[in-house]
Amino acid sequence: MNLSKFFKNAFLVMLACLVLSACATKKVQNQMQGDVYTGTETVEYLASGVPDRVFFATNESVLTTASRDTLRKQAEWLRKNSKINVVLEGHADERGTREYNLALGERRANAAKDYLMTYGISANRISVISYGKERPVDSGSNPLAWSKNRRSVTVKAN
Amino acid sequence: MRNLIIIIAFNFLFLKPVYSLIEVDITRGNLDPLPIAVSPLHVDIKSEEFKDLRIKDLGENISKIIERNFRSTGLFNPLKKDAFVQKPDIAHLKPRFEDWRLIKAQALVTGKLLVKDEKLKVEFRLWDLTAAKEMTALAFTTTPSNWRRVAHIISDKIYERLTGEEGYFDTRIIYVAESGPKNQRVKKLAIMDQDGYNTKYLTLGNELVLTPRFNPTNQMVTYMSYFRNMPRVYLLDIETGTQEVVGNFPGMTFAPRFSPDGKKIIMSFAMDGNSDIYTMDLENRIVERITNHPSIDTSPSYSPDGKFICFNSDRSGYQQIYIMRKDGTKVKRISFGKGLYGTPVWSPRGDLIAFTKLHKGKFYIGVMRTDGTGERLLTENYYQEAPSWSPNGRVLIFYRETKTDSEGKGFSAKLWSIDLTGYNERMVKTESDASDPSWSSLLSN
Repeated sequence: MNLSKFFKNAFLVMLACLVLSACATKKVQNQMQGDVYTGTETVEYLASGVPDRVFFATNESVLTTASRDTLRKQAEWLRKNSKINVVLEGHADERGTREYNLALGERRANAAKDYLMTYGISANRISVISYGKERPVDSGSNPLAWSKNRRSVTVKAN
Repeated sequence: MRNLIIIIAFNFLFLKPVYSLIEVDITRGNLDPLPIAVSPLHVDIKSEEFKDLRIKDLGENISKIIERNFRSTGLFNPLKKDAFVQKPDIAHLKPRFEDWRLIKAQALVTGKLLVKDEKLKVEFRLWDLTAAKEMTALAFTTTPSNWRRVAHIISDKIYERLTGEEGYFDTRIIYVAESGPKNQRVKKLAIMDQDGYNTKYLTLGNELVLTPRFNPTNQMVTYMSYFRNMPRVYLLDIETGTQEVVGNFPGMTFAPRFSPDGKKIIMSFAMDGNSDIYTMDLENRIVERITNHPSIDTSPSYSPDGKFICFNSDRSGYQQIYIMRKDGTKVKRISFGKGLYGTPVWSPRGDLIAFTKLHKGKFYIGVMRTDGTGERLLTENYYQEAPSWSPNGRVLIFYRETKTDSEGKGFSAKLWSIDLTGYNERMVKTESDASDPSWSSLLSN
């Protein structure tokens, strides 16, 4: 192998590495907007086309456009299934103190509850529980894992 | 009994006013711990058997506990026993001071014990080797199964005599014992002696339990439980095992703590997305609302005189530390450094507030004065929080969690302690993973 060929090969290998790492970065970016999770990996469905959860930014309980869209679908599903009651489970990521996170989870679940109520779902069909940081869905210690854990999950209660 | 009175009287009359040459300087991190020799307690040959206790080794074992307690303070350097120059019984009568000084000891602890009629009689003496004097002496009687507590009480008395501060060895830690994977942790209430022995589990792990805290005046505990999926504050009597829900709140109650007189519980109540601070009087069951603000108000902690409350609120937009009067008036923010502040807890001495701080992805345990000045960060780590003071306000215990890999592996939670000065950081041994520690008052008080 002559020297120029060696460099050429080395260059190709480096190029391949760059392309691969770019793909990896892009994949993470595709699942997060700002630090709000937008992927579907952890999402379950209450019915076809009705996702069960919404995600939040760090320390926030504001509903994103995507979250409001999800909750409108849930409201519609609840209107059609008037005998079903739900529990909204609010969660926080692990990067906060335990007690504050309990309050934050409660605030997040109530943000979701308020939105369902504005779409006509009666408060007595919705109960709320906060788990703070106690029940992560992703046990990793990285920004993507934390974004999946900052969530309010709608669960059938009956 | 007559002996005991004589010893105490002697101590009272002659020793207290004498300021010895050996005083341990505790105002700064002690880089030069005091060399101390703890002689095994002499076991009286008239001692009788008691259950499965190894009476022959009892004197040695008590001295080892005292040594471990002293070493854990960072203020003392217990010397190796193989260099000891006198037999325990002879040293206890009167040490040859010059011989003990040869092994570079500055203080010497001697003692003897007798197990008879199902009673353990112990006496000990603390000697100042430099001044060639007895500094303190005490005798007491208890049941032999209390032998570990005997060692802790002796440790406290010596610590008090040498540092001028109250000891903290005859105390217990209540905490949450953890097991299982990170996304499905099983949590049980557990209690142990301050040195990690005598662990007992108070719940079975069927429901999530969090943040146990001791009543500073007795052996009651308040904690949060998800029993029947209703997250509420509970009150538990650890002697009888009886427990009850605190108050009748239509939603989650959390972050409980006792008032300094032990008569009230202060906690957060969350309703419709808003958490505020409430108290409940344990005698008349009257509930009072202390804060009324649309932000999150949590982690309340009383000042030792009961007149003020420090707490955590995000009313400025982010978690900060505030203080207010006990009735909720005169709310004032005291944390102004960079980052977020949580879990404020008032020192039993009254002059400091310990806290958790989050800044640039790191967690710190720190202290500040009650007006927010003089902030000092004691330790930095990936994740740690929830400091609790030793009853003398000297040491903080908290918990620390490790970072996991992308598969969520490598998680652990452990208890750690650190001296107020920021020195002497050490892991506190627990049988399992552990979090949310709370330190009891002195049991012997």
